[in-house]
Amino acid sequence: MKSKILVSAFLLVAAGVVDAQVTVSDAWVRATVPAQRATAAFMQIVATDGARLIAASSPVAGTTELHEMAMVDGVMKMRAIPGLDLPAGKTVVLSPGSYHVMLLDLKAPIRVGDAVPLSLVFEGPDKRRTTIELKVPVRPLTDATGGHRQP
Amino acid sequence: MSIFGRALILGGVLILTSCGQQTNGGKFVGNDVTSAAFGREFRLFDPDGHQRSLADFRGRYVVLFFGYTQCPDACPTALARAAEVRKQLGSDGDKVQVVFVTLDPERDTDLLMREYTSAFDPSFLGLRGDLAATRKVAEEFRVFYQKVPSGSSYTLDHSVLNYVFDPKGRLRLLWRPDETAAQCVSDLRILMKSERPFWRFFS
Repeated sequence: MKSKILVSAFLLVAAGVVDAQVTVSDAWVRATVPAQRATAAFMQIVATDGARLIAASSPVAGTTELHEMAMVDGVMKMRAIPGLDLPAGKTVVLSPGSYHVMLLDLKAPIRVGDAVPLSLVFEGPDKRRTTIELKVPVRPLTDATGGHRQP
Repeated sequence: MSIFGRALILGGVLILTSCGQQTNGGKFVGNDVTSAAFGREFRLFDPDGHQRSLADFRGRYVVLFFGYTQCPDACPTALARAAEVRKQLGSDGDKVQVVFVTLDPERDTDLLMREYTSAFDPSFLGLRGDLAATRKVAEEFRVFYQKVPSGSSYTLDHSVLNYVFDPKGRLRLLWRPDETAAQCVSDLRILMKSERPFWRFFS
Protein backbone atom coordinates (compact mmCIF):
# COMPACT_ATOMS: atom_id res chain seq x y z
CA MET A 1 0.00 0.00 0.00
CA LYS A 2 2.72 2.37 1.06
CA SER A 3 4.65 1.79 -2.13
CA LYS A 4 1.49 2.38 -4.21
CA ILE A 5 1.02 5.84 -2.65
CA LEU A 6 4.66 6.61 -3.32
CA VAL A 7 4.28 5.62 -6.97
CA SER A 8 1.16 7.83 -7.35
CA ALA A 9 2.97 10.77 -5.79
CA PHE A 10 5.85 10.24 -8.19
CA LEU A 11 3.49 10.18 -11.18
CA LEU A 12 1.83 13.42 -10.05
CA VAL A 13 5.18 15.13 -9.76
CA ALA A 14 6.17 13.83 -13.17
CA ALA A 15 2.91 15.11 -14.71
CA GLY A 16 3.55 18.49 -13.06
CA VAL A 17 6.99 18.74 -14.58
CA VAL A 18 5.66 17.97 -18.06
CA ASP A 19 2.94 20.67 -17.82
CA ALA A 20 5.37 23.16 -16.35
CA GLN A 21 7.44 22.92 -19.53
CA VAL A 22 5.53 26.00 -20.68
CA THR A 23 5.13 28.91 -18.27
CA VAL A 24 2.91 31.92 -18.99
CA SER A 25 3.35 35.06 -16.88
CA ASP A 26 2.26 38.73 -16.73
CA ALA A 27 -0.78 38.07 -18.93
CA TRP A 28 -3.27 40.91 -19.41
CA VAL A 29 -6.15 41.86 -21.68
CA ARG A 30 -6.85 45.43 -22.81
CA ALA A 31 -10.28 46.67 -21.65
CA THR A 32 -12.83 47.85 -24.22
CA VAL A 33 -15.57 50.48 -24.41
CA PRO A 34 -19.08 49.01 -24.87
CA ALA A 35 -19.29 49.57 -28.66
CA GLN A 36 -15.91 47.93 -29.30
CA ARG A 37 -15.90 44.39 -30.71
CA ALA A 38 -12.19 43.52 -30.51
CA THR A 39 -9.24 43.58 -28.13
CA ALA A 40 -6.04 41.68 -27.43
CA ALA A 41 -4.23 39.66 -24.77
CA PHE A 42 -0.55 40.17 -23.99
CA MET A 43 1.82 37.97 -21.92
CA GLN A 44 5.26 36.43 -21.55
CA ILE A 45 5.84 32.75 -22.39
CA VAL A 46 8.81 30.49 -21.63
CA ALA A 47 9.04 26.90 -22.91
CA THR A 48 12.02 25.22 -21.23
CA ASP A 49 12.38 22.57 -23.97
CA GLY A 50 10.97 24.73 -26.76
CA ALA A 51 7.41 24.63 -28.12
CA ARG A 52 5.07 26.31 -30.54
CA LEU A 53 1.90 28.22 -29.62
CA ILE A 54 -0.54 26.93 -32.20
CA ALA A 55 -3.98 28.06 -31.09
CA ALA A 56 -5.90 30.18 -28.60
CA SER A 57 -9.56 30.40 -27.67
CA SER A 58 -11.77 32.24 -25.21
CA PRO A 59 -15.48 32.07 -24.43
CA VAL A 60 -15.64 35.92 -24.49
CA ALA A 61 -14.72 36.05 -28.19
CA GLY A 62 -16.35 34.59 -31.30
CA THR A 63 -12.94 34.33 -32.95
CA THR A 64 -9.44 34.21 -31.48
CA GLU A 65 -6.30 34.65 -33.59
CA LEU A 66 -2.55 34.96 -33.10
CA HIS A 67 -1.27 38.27 -34.49
CA GLU A 68 2.04 39.87 -35.20
CA MET A 69 2.56 43.65 -35.38
CA ALA A 70 5.42 45.18 -37.28
CA MET A 71 6.47 48.73 -38.09
CA VAL A 72 7.75 48.86 -41.67
CA ASP A 73 8.90 52.26 -43.01
CA GLY A 74 6.63 54.13 -40.61
CA VAL A 75 3.62 51.93 -41.44
CA MET A 76 2.08 49.76 -38.71
CA LYS A 77 1.06 46.34 -40.01
CA MET A 78 -0.97 43.72 -38.16
CA ARG A 79 -1.06 40.16 -39.51
CA ALA A 80 -2.60 36.86 -38.42
CA ILE A 81 0.10 34.20 -37.99
CA PRO A 82 -0.44 30.40 -37.98
CA GLY A 83 1.69 29.87 -34.85
CA LEU A 84 4.40 31.35 -32.68
CA ASP A 85 7.70 29.52 -32.13
CA LEU A 86 9.00 29.48 -28.56
CA PRO A 87 12.76 28.68 -28.61
CA ALA A 88 13.93 26.56 -25.65
CA GLY A 89 14.41 28.60 -22.48
CA LYS A 90 13.86 31.96 -24.18
CA THR A 91 11.24 34.40 -22.88
CA VAL A 92 8.93 35.32 -25.76
CA VAL A 93 7.16 38.60 -25.08
CA LEU A 94 3.69 39.26 -26.47
CA SER A 95 3.33 43.03 -26.03
CA PRO A 96 2.18 46.12 -27.93
CA GLY A 97 4.54 46.44 -30.87
CA SER A 98 5.21 42.70 -31.22
CA TYR A 99 2.74 39.80 -30.83
CA HIS A 100 -0.70 39.45 -29.28
CA VAL A 101 -3.63 37.09 -29.02
CA MET A 102 -6.45 38.89 -30.84
CA LEU A 103 -9.95 38.51 -29.41
CA LEU A 104 -12.57 39.27 -32.10
CA ASP A 105 -16.39 39.35 -32.19
CA LEU A 106 -16.53 40.05 -28.46
CA LYS A 107 -19.77 38.91 -26.86
CA ALA A 108 -19.65 41.59 -24.15
CA PRO A 109 -17.43 44.53 -23.19
CA ILE A 110 -14.19 43.63 -21.37
CA ARG A 111 -14.00 45.57 -18.10
CA VAL A 112 -11.24 46.24 -15.60
CA GLY A 113 -11.78 43.72 -12.77
CA ASP A 114 -12.88 40.91 -15.13
CA ALA A 115 -10.88 37.69 -15.36
CA VAL A 116 -10.91 36.63 -19.00
CA PRO A 117 -10.71 32.84 -19.53
CA LEU A 118 -8.12 32.03 -22.17
CA SER A 119 -6.98 28.61 -23.44
CA LEU A 120 -3.61 28.36 -25.14
CA VAL A 121 -2.63 25.24 -27.08
CA PHE A 122 1.07 24.42 -27.34
CA GLU A 123 2.85 21.77 -29.36
CA GLY A 124 6.05 20.42 -27.79
CA PRO A 125 9.16 19.15 -29.59
CA ASP A 126 7.64 15.63 -29.39
CA LYS A 127 4.49 16.97 -31.19
CA ARG A 128 2.49 16.32 -28.03
CA ARG A 129 -0.15 19.01 -27.45
CA THR A 130 -0.73 20.70 -24.10
CA THR A 131 -3.47 23.16 -23.23
CA ILE A 132 -2.94 25.82 -20.59
CA GLU A 133 -6.04 27.46 -19.11
CA LEU A 134 -5.62 31.02 -17.85
CA LYS A 135 -7.80 33.57 -16.10
CA VAL A 136 -6.37 36.80 -17.45
CA PRO A 137 -6.70 40.13 -15.59
CA VAL A 138 -7.86 43.22 -17.47
CA ARG A 139 -5.92 46.49 -17.71
CA PRO A 140 -7.51 49.82 -18.72
CA LEU A 141 -7.96 50.59 -22.42
CA THR A 142 -5.55 53.48 -21.85
CA ASP A 143 -2.68 51.26 -20.67
CA ALA A 144 0.58 52.32 -22.30
CA THR A 145 3.09 50.24 -20.35
CA GLY A 146 3.76 47.85 -23.22
CA GLY A 147 5.76 50.36 -25.21
CA HIS A 148 6.80 50.02 -28.82
CA ARG A 149 9.31 47.86 -30.55
CA GLN A 150 11.69 50.31 -32.20
CA PRO A 151 11.35 50.46 -35.99
CA MET B 1 35.06 92.38 -15.55
CA SER B 2 32.47 95.04 -14.96
CA ILE B 3 29.35 94.33 -12.95
CA PHE B 4 27.38 94.93 -16.14
CA GLY B 5 29.38 92.24 -17.97
CA ARG B 6 28.88 89.70 -15.17
CA ALA B 7 25.16 90.41 -15.12
CA LEU B 8 25.00 89.78 -18.87
CA ILE B 9 26.78 86.42 -18.55
CA LEU B 10 24.58 85.38 -15.62
CA GLY B 11 21.49 86.44 -17.52
CA GLY B 12 22.59 84.36 -20.49
CA VAL B 13 23.24 81.33 -18.29
CA LEU B 14 19.85 81.67 -16.62
CA ILE B 15 18.02 81.87 -19.95
CA LEU B 16 19.93 78.85 -21.29
CA THR B 17 19.23 76.87 -18.10
CA SER B 18 15.52 77.58 -18.16
CA CYS B 19 15.35 76.67 -21.85
CA GLY B 20 17.22 73.45 -21.16
CA GLN B 21 14.86 72.42 -18.38
CA GLN B 22 11.66 73.23 -20.16
CA THR B 23 12.34 72.87 -23.83
CA ASN B 24 15.17 70.45 -24.53
CA GLY B 25 17.62 73.24 -25.37
CA GLY B 26 15.18 74.89 -27.78
CA LYS B 27 15.39 72.08 -30.36
CA PHE B 28 12.38 70.16 -31.60
CA VAL B 29 12.43 66.40 -31.12
CA GLY B 30 9.72 66.03 -33.75
CA ASN B 31 10.32 66.67 -37.43
CA ASP B 32 9.91 70.41 -38.20
CA VAL B 33 7.71 70.61 -41.30
CA THR B 34 6.78 74.29 -41.13
CA SER B 35 5.72 75.51 -44.62
CA ALA B 36 5.01 71.97 -45.81
CA ALA B 37 2.60 71.75 -48.74
CA PHE B 38 0.44 69.03 -47.20
CA GLY B 39 -1.80 68.53 -44.19
CA ARG B 40 -3.44 71.94 -44.74
CA GLU B 41 -7.11 71.17 -44.21
CA PHE B 42 -9.70 68.52 -43.44
CA ARG B 43 -13.48 68.33 -43.58
CA LEU B 44 -14.87 65.50 -41.47
CA PHE B 45 -17.73 64.88 -39.05
CA ASP B 46 -17.74 64.72 -35.26
CA PRO B 47 -19.87 62.10 -33.43
CA ASP B 48 -22.76 64.63 -33.23
CA GLY B 49 -22.84 64.86 -37.02
CA HIS B 50 -21.34 68.37 -37.21
CA GLN B 51 -18.83 69.09 -39.93
CA ARG B 52 -15.44 70.10 -38.52
CA SER B 53 -12.41 71.62 -40.20
CA LEU B 54 -9.00 72.83 -39.08
CA ALA B 55 -10.27 76.44 -39.01
CA ASP B 56 -12.55 75.50 -36.07
CA PHE B 57 -9.47 75.21 -33.84
CA ARG B 58 -7.77 78.58 -34.47
CA GLY B 59 -6.13 79.80 -31.26
CA ARG B 60 -5.36 76.27 -30.07
CA TYR B 61 -2.63 73.73 -30.74
CA VAL B 62 -3.97 70.67 -32.57
CA VAL B 63 -2.42 67.21 -32.33
CA LEU B 64 -4.03 65.06 -35.03
CA PHE B 65 -3.48 61.44 -35.98
CA PHE B 66 -5.10 58.61 -37.87
CA GLY B 67 -5.98 55.06 -36.86
CA TYR B 68 -8.83 52.67 -36.09
CA THR B 69 -10.36 51.42 -32.87
CA GLN B 70 -9.91 47.72 -33.69
CA CYS B 71 -6.15 48.24 -33.41
CA PRO B 72 -5.21 46.91 -29.94
CA ASP B 73 -1.69 48.19 -30.10
CA ALA B 74 -0.35 51.30 -31.89
CA CYS B 75 -3.58 53.33 -31.73
CA PRO B 76 -4.33 53.06 -27.99
CA THR B 77 -0.64 53.72 -27.36
CA ALA B 78 -0.83 56.94 -29.44
CA LEU B 79 -4.02 58.07 -27.68
CA ALA B 80 -2.51 57.26 -24.26
CA ARG B 81 0.59 59.33 -25.12
CA ALA B 82 -1.57 62.28 -26.21
CA ALA B 83 -3.52 62.10 -22.92
CA GLU B 84 -0.23 62.00 -21.00
CA VAL B 85 1.07 65.02 -22.95
CA ARG B 86 -1.99 67.08 -21.98
CA LYS B 87 -1.59 65.99 -18.36
CA GLN B 88 2.11 66.90 -18.25
CA LEU B 89 1.38 70.34 -19.74
CA GLY B 90 -0.70 71.18 -16.65
CA SER B 91 -2.83 74.28 -17.18
CA ASP B 92 -1.38 74.68 -20.71
CA GLY B 93 -2.96 71.32 -21.60
CA ASP B 94 -6.22 73.17 -22.24
CA LYS B 95 -4.54 74.90 -25.20
CA VAL B 96 -4.17 71.52 -26.94
CA GLN B 97 -6.94 69.82 -28.92
CA VAL B 98 -6.33 66.16 -29.73
CA VAL B 99 -8.09 64.87 -32.86
CA PHE B 100 -8.30 61.16 -33.76
CA VAL B 101 -9.39 60.44 -37.35
CA THR B 102 -10.59 56.93 -38.16
CA LEU B 103 -9.32 55.19 -41.29
CA ASP B 104 -11.98 52.50 -40.76
CA PRO B 105 -15.30 54.41 -41.00
CA GLU B 106 -17.16 51.20 -41.85
CA ARG B 107 -16.57 49.71 -38.40
CA ASP B 108 -15.85 52.86 -36.37
CA THR B 109 -19.34 54.26 -35.85
CA ASP B 110 -20.03 57.68 -34.29
CA LEU B 111 -20.98 55.99 -31.01
CA LEU B 112 -17.80 53.92 -30.96
CA MET B 113 -15.61 56.94 -31.80
CA ARG B 114 -17.15 58.94 -28.96
CA GLU B 115 -16.83 56.16 -26.37
CA TYR B 116 -13.31 55.32 -27.48
CA THR B 117 -11.75 58.81 -27.49
CA SER B 118 -13.53 59.80 -24.24
CA ALA B 119 -12.02 56.78 -22.45
CA PHE B 120 -8.59 58.38 -22.93
CA ASP B 121 -9.56 62.01 -22.31
CA PRO B 122 -13.06 63.53 -22.43
CA SER B 123 -11.67 66.49 -24.42
CA PHE B 124 -10.43 64.30 -27.31
CA LEU B 125 -12.36 64.58 -30.54
CA GLY B 126 -13.00 61.62 -32.84
CA LEU B 127 -13.68 62.45 -36.50
CA ARG B 128 -14.86 60.33 -39.40
CA GLY B 129 -15.97 60.68 -42.98
CA ASP B 130 -17.41 58.36 -45.59
CA LEU B 131 -14.98 56.25 -47.61
CA ALA B 132 -14.38 59.02 -50.19
CA ALA B 133 -13.80 61.70 -47.52
CA THR B 134 -11.46 59.36 -45.65
CA ARG B 135 -9.49 58.73 -48.84
CA LYS B 136 -9.31 62.49 -49.48
CA VAL B 137 -8.07 63.45 -46.03
CA ALA B 138 -5.50 60.63 -46.11
CA GLU B 139 -4.20 61.97 -49.44
CA GLU B 140 -4.01 65.53 -48.08
CA PHE B 141 -2.01 64.30 -45.06
CA ARG B 142 0.04 61.81 -47.10
CA VAL B 143 -1.23 59.01 -44.89
CA PHE B 144 -0.72 55.54 -46.30
CA TYR B 145 -3.43 53.04 -45.39
CA GLN B 146 -4.81 49.86 -46.85
CA LYS B 147 -7.22 47.12 -45.89
CA VAL B 148 -5.63 43.71 -45.54
CA PRO B 149 -7.76 40.55 -45.22
CA SER B 150 -6.82 38.78 -41.99
CA GLY B 151 -8.36 35.60 -40.65
CA SER B 152 -12.10 36.14 -40.46
CA SER B 153 -12.09 39.91 -41.09
CA TYR B 154 -9.54 42.58 -42.06
CA THR B 155 -6.90 44.76 -40.49
CA LEU B 156 -5.54 48.10 -41.66
CA ASP B 157 -1.95 48.89 -42.46
CA HIS B 158 -1.45 52.58 -41.77
CA SER B 159 1.22 55.20 -41.20
CA VAL B 160 1.44 56.38 -37.63
CA LEU B 161 2.71 59.98 -37.53
CA ASN B 162 1.13 62.67 -35.33
CA TYR B 163 0.54 66.09 -36.94
CA VAL B 164 1.04 69.15 -34.73
CA PHE B 165 -0.59 72.48 -35.70
CA ASP B 166 0.04 75.90 -34.17
CA PRO B 167 -2.78 78.29 -33.13
CA LYS B 168 -2.77 79.83 -36.62
CA GLY B 169 -3.61 76.42 -38.09
CA ARG B 170 -0.21 75.87 -39.67
CA LEU B 171 1.27 72.38 -39.68
CA ARG B 172 4.52 72.64 -37.70
CA LEU B 173 5.72 69.24 -36.48
CA LEU B 174 5.47 65.50 -37.09
CA TRP B 175 5.88 63.12 -34.14
CA ARG B 176 6.81 59.46 -34.49
CA PRO B 177 5.42 56.80 -32.13
CA ASP B 178 8.77 56.28 -30.41
CA GLU B 179 8.94 59.87 -29.14
CA THR B 180 8.05 59.99 -25.45
CA ALA B 181 5.29 62.09 -23.91
CA ALA B 182 7.99 64.23 -22.23
CA GLN B 183 9.65 64.90 -25.60
CA CYS B 184 6.29 65.90 -27.12
CA VAL B 185 5.66 68.22 -24.15
CA SER B 186 9.08 69.80 -24.72
CA ASP B 187 8.19 70.42 -28.39
CA LEU B 188 4.85 72.03 -27.48
CA ARG B 189 6.55 74.25 -24.89
CA ILE B 190 8.95 75.50 -27.57
CA LEU B 191 6.01 76.26 -29.87
CA MET B 192 4.13 78.00 -27.05
CA LYS B 193 7.18 80.08 -26.15
CA SER B 194 7.59 81.27 -29.74
CA GLU B 195 3.94 82.34 -29.82
CA ARG B 196 4.36 84.63 -26.79
CA PRO B 197 4.33 88.40 -27.42
CA PHE B 198 7.91 89.76 -27.13
CA TRP B 199 7.11 91.96 -24.12
CA ARG B 200 6.24 88.82 -22.15
CA PHE B 201 9.45 87.06 -23.16
CA PHE B 202 10.99 87.31 -19.68
CA SER B 203 7.82 86.53 -17.74
